[in-house]
Amino acid sequence: MTGEAAPQPAGLQWRGIAAEKVDDVSAPLAALLRRRSRGLLTDLLRPHKRGVMTTAAAIVVASLAALAGPWLVGVAIDQGIPPITSSGDAGPLTWIAAAFAVTVAVQAVATRSFVTMTGRVGQAVVLELRRRVFWHMQALSVAFHESYTSGRVISRQTSDIEAISALFEEGLDSLISAVLTLLLVGTGMLLLDWRLAVVVLAAFVPLTLLAGWFRNHSAIAYRRIREANSLVIVHFVETFGGLRAVQAFRREHRNEEIFDELSGEYAKASAWSSRLNAVFASGISLVANVVIATVLVYGGVLVIDGSMKVGVLASFLLYLQRFFDPLQDVSQFYNSFQGAASALEKLSGILEEDPSVPEPAAPLALPAAAPPAPAIPRSAASPALAAPPAPSSRTPATTLPPPAAATSSALPSFGRRVRFESVRFGYRPGGSGGSSPREGTAAVVLPDFSLDIAAGQTVALVGETGAGKTTVARLMARFYDPLAGRVTLDGVDLRDLPNAVLRREVVLLTQESFLFEGTVADNIRLGRPAASDAEVAQAARAIGAHEFIAALPLEYQTPVGKRGGRLSAGQRQLISFARAFIAAPAVLVLDEATALLDIPSERLVQAALRTVLTGRTAVIIAHRLSTVAIADRVLVLRAGEIIEDGAPADLLGGDGEYADLHARWAASLV
Amino acid sequence: MSETGSDIRSTATPAAAAPVSALWRLRPYLRPYRLQLLSMLMAALGAEAAAIAIPLLTKSIIDGAITHHDKRLLLPLGLAAAGLGIAEAALSLIRRWVQGSAVAGMEKTLRDDLYAHLQNLEPAFHDGWQSGQLLSRATSDLSSIRRFAGFGLVFLIITVTTFTAVAVLLIRLNWWMGLAASCMVAPVVVFCLRFERRYKILARRVQDQEGDLATLIEEGATGVRVLKALGRAPEAAATHAAQATQMYTTKVSMARLLGSFWSMLDLIPNAAIALILVLGALAVSRHALTIGGLVAFITLALQLVWPIEALGYILASGEEAATAAQRVLEILDTKPSITSVPASTANPPDHGPQRNVPAARSQPPPSQAASPARWGQLSFEAVEFRYPGSAEPVLRDVTLTVARGETLVITGATGSGKTTLLQLVPRLADVTGGRVLIGGRDVRDIPLPELRTLVGFGFEEATLFSASVRENVMFGAPDATAAQVEAALTAAQARFAYDLPWGLDTRIGEQGMALSGGQRQRVALARAILARPQVLVLDDPLSALDVHTEERVTRALGEVLAGTTALVVAHRPSTVALADRVALLDGGVIAAVGTHRELLATQPKYASLMTMEEVAR
Ligand SMILES: Nc1ncnc2c1ncn2[C@@H]1O[C@H](COP(=O)(O)OP(=O)(O)OP(=O)(O)O)[C@@H](O)[C@H]1O
Ligand SMILES: Nc1ncnc2c1ncn2[C@@H]1O[C@H](COP(=O)(O)OP(=O)(O)OP(=O)(O)O)[C@@H](O)[C@H]1O
Ligand SMILES: [Mg+2]
Ligand SMILES: [Mg+2]
Repeated sequence: MTGEAAPQPAGLQWRGIAAEKVDDVSAPLAALLRRRSRGLLTDLLRPHKRGVMTTAAAIVVASLAALAGPWLVGVAIDQGIPPITSSGDAGPLTWIAAAFAVTVAVQAVATRSFVTMTGRVGQAVVLELRRRVFWHMQALSVAFHESYTSGRVISRQTSDIEAISALFEEGLDSLISAVLTLLLVGTGMLLLDWRLAVVVLAAFVPLTLLAGWFRNHSAIAYRRIREANSLVIVHFVETFGGLRAVQAFRREHRNEEIFDELSGEYAKASAWSSRLNAVFASGISLVANVVIATVLVYGGVLVIDGSMKVGVLASFLLYLQRFFDPLQDVSQFYNSFQGAASALEKLSGILEEDPSVPEPAAPLALPAAAPPAPAIPRSAASPALAAPPAPSSRTPATTLPPPAAATSSALPSFGRRVRFESVRFGYRPGGSGGSSPREGTAAVVLPDFSLDIAAGQTVALVGETGAGKTTVARLMARFYDPLAGRVTLDGVDLRDLPNAVLRREVVLLTQESFLFEGTVADNIRLGRPAASDAEVAQAARAIGAHEFIAALPLEYQTPVGKRGGRLSAGQRQLISFARAFIAAPAVLVLDEATALLDIPSERLVQAALRTVLTGRTAVIIAHRLSTVAIADRVLVLRAGEIIEDGAPADLLGGDGEYADLHARWAASLV
Repeated sequence: MSETGSDIRSTATPAAAAPVSALWRLRPYLRPYRLQLLSMLMAALGAEAAAIAIPLLTKSIIDGAITHHDKRLLLPLGLAAAGLGIAEAALSLIRRWVQGSAVAGMEKTLRDDLYAHLQNLEPAFHDGWQSGQLLSRATSDLSSIRRFAGFGLVFLIITVTTFTAVAVLLIRLNWWMGLAASCMVAPVVVFCLRFERRYKILARRVQDQEGDLATLIEEGATGVRVLKALGRAPEAAATHAAQATQMYTTKVSMARLLGSFWSMLDLIPNAAIALILVLGALAVSRHALTIGGLVAFITLALQLVWPIEALGYILASGEEAATAAQRVLEILDTKPSITSVPASTANPPDHGPQRNVPAARSQPPPSQAASPARWGQLSFEAVEFRYPGSAEPVLRDVTLTVARGETLVITGATGSGKTTLLQLVPRLADVTGGRVLIGGRDVRDIPLPELRTLVGFGFEEATLFSASVRENVMFGAPDATAAQVEAALTAAQARFAYDLPWGLDTRIGEQGMALSGGQRQRVALARAILARPQVLVLDDPLSALDVHTEERVTRALGEVLAGTTALVVAHRPSTVALADRVALLDGGVIAAVGTHRELLATQPKYASLMTMEEVAR
C-alpha cells in the first residue's frame, strides 16, 4: 500500500479522503498532506492572531524570568555575599534578592497567563474545527456517508479532534522556551569559546538526521494509529447499534474476537509509535551526552595545552547541560505534534471533500407558488373528512390558536410541479468483497425515467420490492443527483436550488423512521422548529398519535430514549409522520410511512392525509394498496420503469398489473 | 451542563466513591505488567542516577585530571563520562520502550473487557445510556488512564523519590536551612489538595460533556438522512455547536485553574530559594556558614524545583485518569441483570424426543420431567412485564401456549406490547412476573447460548451490519454450509442477493442501507431461519414487502414453519394467513385465541383491527 503507484502531477487523485487508507505515503504525497494540514491550521489560527501573539509574548517573558532566576542566584553568590562578609554591607544582596523576587513574581504571572491563554486560543481553535467538521459532514452527500460509514465520521470528530486538542494542552510553552534557551545559551557558548561551540554545533547534524527519521516514521505510525482507532470505533458503534441482534444470534463471542483483533491492532500501532518516540528521545540524550564527553576531553586538551582557562571550560560545561535539557521537551512536543498532524491530515481531507450533491454556484429562484390547478379531480377530499381537527381546518371550531400547522400562513403553498426528465440513475457499487464486480459499472436502477407530476397531484407509487421506488423518492429530495437527465421543481432543476429552499419545498419521509435522543415534542418539532407546543399537539392529534403520547409519563415531554427505543415501532413511525405533517411542504414524499402501523391507525393517518394533501403535491409509496385510495394517479414501477400510469379507477377496470395487484390484495384482506 | 447525562447514571449505578479509589481499583490491569513496570522504574531511577553522576564525574575530571595537567587520565575519564552518558540514554530507551508496549497492552485489555462487558449487558441497559457516553468511555477515558499509567505513575514515584532524596541531602548539609527548604512542602500540599478538589469536578464534567457531544455526533452521522430529508442540518449543527461551546467553556476553566496552579508550583520553590539565599547570606555574614557551603546548598536546592513543577502536570493527568476510571467503573460495576445459569447446574440440553433424557440427575426440577412430550413447545404462564420506571405493566397476565410445530400469530394495536412479548423468549428482557417456558423449561433455567440457539429471531426493523450478504445471513450460524444459506435465501425469497454485483459477497452498507427496504427485510428473515431453530419468533416479518413477494414468502415460509414452533407478529390479514391460530393481545392480556375466521366473527376488536372496510370494496 504505497503511494508509489500513483502518477500524480497535481495530486488531484489524492483530494479529500483518498489518502486515508494509505499510511506509508510517497514523499510528494506526504508533502501535499502536510501542506494541506498546515493550510487548515493557519486558517484556523488566523482569527486568533492577537491571542497567539500575546501568548507567545507571555511565554517569552516566563521563559526569560525562569532563566533569570538561576543567573541571579549566581550573581548573588558572586557579588552579593562578599560585601556582607567583608564590610557587612547588605545593600547589594538586598537589591539582588528584590530582583529575584520580582522575576519569580513575573514568572508566576506570565506562566499563569500563558497557560490560560493557550487554553483559550487552543480550545477556540478546536471549537471552530468541531463546528466546521460537523457542518461539513452534514453538507456531504448521502453517498459519501454510505461509503465512509458513521463510525469513521464519529472517530474523525471525537478521537481525531481530541488529538489536536491535546497538542494545545501540552507542551506549546516548552517549545518556545526551548527555542529561547537554545538561542540564549547557544550565543553564550559561542561567546565563551568558538572552538567548543563548533563541536556542539556539529551535534546538530545527527540531531537533524534523527529528527527527519522520526518525522517520516512517526507520521506513518500515527496514520496507522488513527486508522486503527477509527476501525475500533466503527466496530464499537456498529455492535451497540445492533445489540439486540448480536445477543439474539449469539454473536458476542465472534465479536469479541474481532474486537480483540482491532484493538490489538490499535495497541500495536500505539506501542510502535511510542517505541519510535523512545528511540528519538533517547537518541537525543545519547547525542547530548556524547557531545558533553567530547567537549570535556577536547576542552581538557585545550586547557592542558594552555589555550583555554579552566573556568571557561567549567562554565561551558554548565551551559551545555542547560543547552541540551530543553531538547527533551522539544522531542516530547514534536511527538504530540506528529499525533495532531496525522489527525489534522484526515480532518483537512474531510473538509476538502466536495459534496457530490453541491449547492448551486448560481442559485435560481422558484417561481411564486401558483394556485392549484383546477383540473385535478380530488375525489377523495370530501369535506366530511375535514371534520377531525386537522391542521388545515381554519374553521372557528378548532380549539387551538390559529394559524394551523399545515397551511401556515407564512407559506401559502399550493404544491409544485415535479418533473423527471429522462433521468438515469444508479448507485455506485459499494465496498467490495472481491476485486472486481461481476459487471464493471454501477448497476443502473433507473435506466430512463420520465415522469410529470402536476402541482397539487397525489401520486401513488407501487411496485415490487427493489423496483426503485425509494430511489425515485431520494432523487426528488436530492439525496443524489441523476447520472443523466434532470429532476425539476416548477421547471427549476433541483441542482439550481439552494439547499434551504429545496428542503423547505420538498420533504421526504424516509422508509426508516429515525428518532433522536430528546423528547417526543422535540422529535416532532424537527419538522418545523418554530412550531408551538399547541401546534405540535395538533399535528399529533391529527394523525392519531395524541392518544398514546398522552399516556406517556410526561406526555410530550417524555424522552424517547436512544433511537426512540422507549416507543414501539409503530409509535416511532407515527412520530416521524407527525414531523412531515407539521413541516407541511409544497411537495411531500412518503416512503412506506405507514408500513408498521395497525390498520385502524393507518386509517386515521389516511384521513389526516386527505386534508393535509389538499393543495400539495404528494408522492406516496406503499405496498398496502389502501393508501392508494386517496391518490389521484397510480404509477406501477417495475425494474426502474413505469409500466402503468393512470387514475386508480381506470387501472382497476383494466387487466394490467395494478388490477392484478389490487385483486390479490383485496383477496388477502379476508 | 451535562447533568442530563451524568446524574441519571450515577443514580442508576453504584458510582465508585472517589475517583482516586476508582483508579486504584483498576490496578489488576497493570498486574500482568508488573515486571515491566518494575524494570521501567529501575531504568528510570538508573537513568536519573546516571544523569546526576555525569556532572559529578565532570567535576572530578576538571578538578583532577585537567587541573593537574594529566593528559593520560583525561581520555579514560572522558570515556567513562561518555559511557555513563550512553548508559543513561540506553536506560531511558529501555524505560520508554517497555512503557509503550506495557501501557498499550493494559489499555487493550481494559478496552476488550469493557467491550465484552457491554455486550453482555441487557438491551434495557443500553436503551438507558446515550451511545456517545459509552463510546467516550471506551475511547478517550481509556486513553486518559493509559497516559497516566505509563508516564504519570512512574514519574510520580520518581519525583517523590527525588524530592525526598534531595531534601535529605539538604538537611544533612545544613539542618536548619534544609528544614526550611523542606517546609515548602506544606504550601505545596495545601495547593495540591485545593487544586485536586476543584480539578476533579472539571475533569469529570469535561468527560461527561465529551460523551454528550459524542452522542450528538453519532446521531448526526447515523441520522444524516433524516436531517437531510427535513432540511434540519442547520438546527443539528446549532445543537452541536452549543454542546461544543459548553465543552469549550469547561476546558477554558480547566486551563485557568491549571494556569494558577502551575504558576503557584513555580512560585513556591523559587520563593523558597530566594528565602534560602537571603538566610544563607546572613548566615555567611555571621560566619555560621562558608560561601562554598552556601553555593553547594543552593545548587542542590535548585534540584527541588523541577520535581515540584512536574508534580503539577502529574497531578492533573492523574486526576483526569481517576475520573476516567470512575466513569469506566460505572459500567464495569453494572451487573448484567440477564445472566446465564452456569451450564453445569443447568438442566441437561434437550435434544428432542428421539433422545432420552439422561436420568442420572438425582433430582430433576419438576419442569423438566415431561420435557420430551413438550419438546419445542413454547408457553407463557401468567407473564407480567413492566418497563423499569413505568407505572403500568405493558403485559399484565399473558398466558398462552404454542404447541410444537404450530404457528401462532399475535396481533394487536400499535403499542400493545407484541414486541415486548417476543423479546421475552430469547431473554432480551426478563419477565417481571410469571414465566416463559420452552419445552417445559423456564427460559431462565436454560443457559443463554443454548436458549438463543433454540430460538431464532426476526426483528421488526431489519438489523443488518455493514458486511457482506453472506456474513449477515450467517450471523447466527457461522458453520452453515453454502447449501443451507441458499435454502434460507430461497425460502425468504432473497435470491436477488445472487444477482448483486459481487453476489453474496456484496457488502450491503451500514445497517444494510445499500439494499431496498424489502430486500433488507428478506435478508434478515433468511438470517432468522437459517439455523432452523426449534422456536422461531418473527416480528412483523413481511411489513416491507409488496403483495406478490409477500405471497411467495408466505408460501415458502409455510413450509419452513411446518416443523417449527413459531410465534409471529402481524398487522395484516395477509400475514395472518401463516397462522394455525391467532391470538389477540389487548390491554396486556391475550384477549382471544382462535382461527382468523373465528375471531373475525366473534371479536369486534379483532375485526376492527383486521378489516379495512373503507377500501376493500
Ligand atoms: N444505497 C444504495 N447503494 C446501492 N444500491 C442500492 C442502494 N439503495 C438501493 N439500492 C439498490 O437499488 C435498487 C432499488 O432500490 P429501492 O430502494 O429504490 O427499491 P424500492 O422500490 O424502494 O424497494 P422496497 O419496496 O423494497 O423498498 C435495489 O436493487 C437496491 O438493491
Ligand atoms: N423501553 C421502554 N420503556 C418504557 N416503555 C416502553 C419501552 N419500550 C416500549 N415501551 C412501551 O411499551 C408499549 C409496548 O411496546 P411494544 O414495542 O411492545 O409495542 P408493539 O405491540 O410491538 O407495537 P408495534 O405494533 O408498534 O410494534 C408501548 O406503549 C411503548 O410505549
Ligand atoms: Mg423502498
Ligand atoms: Mg412492535
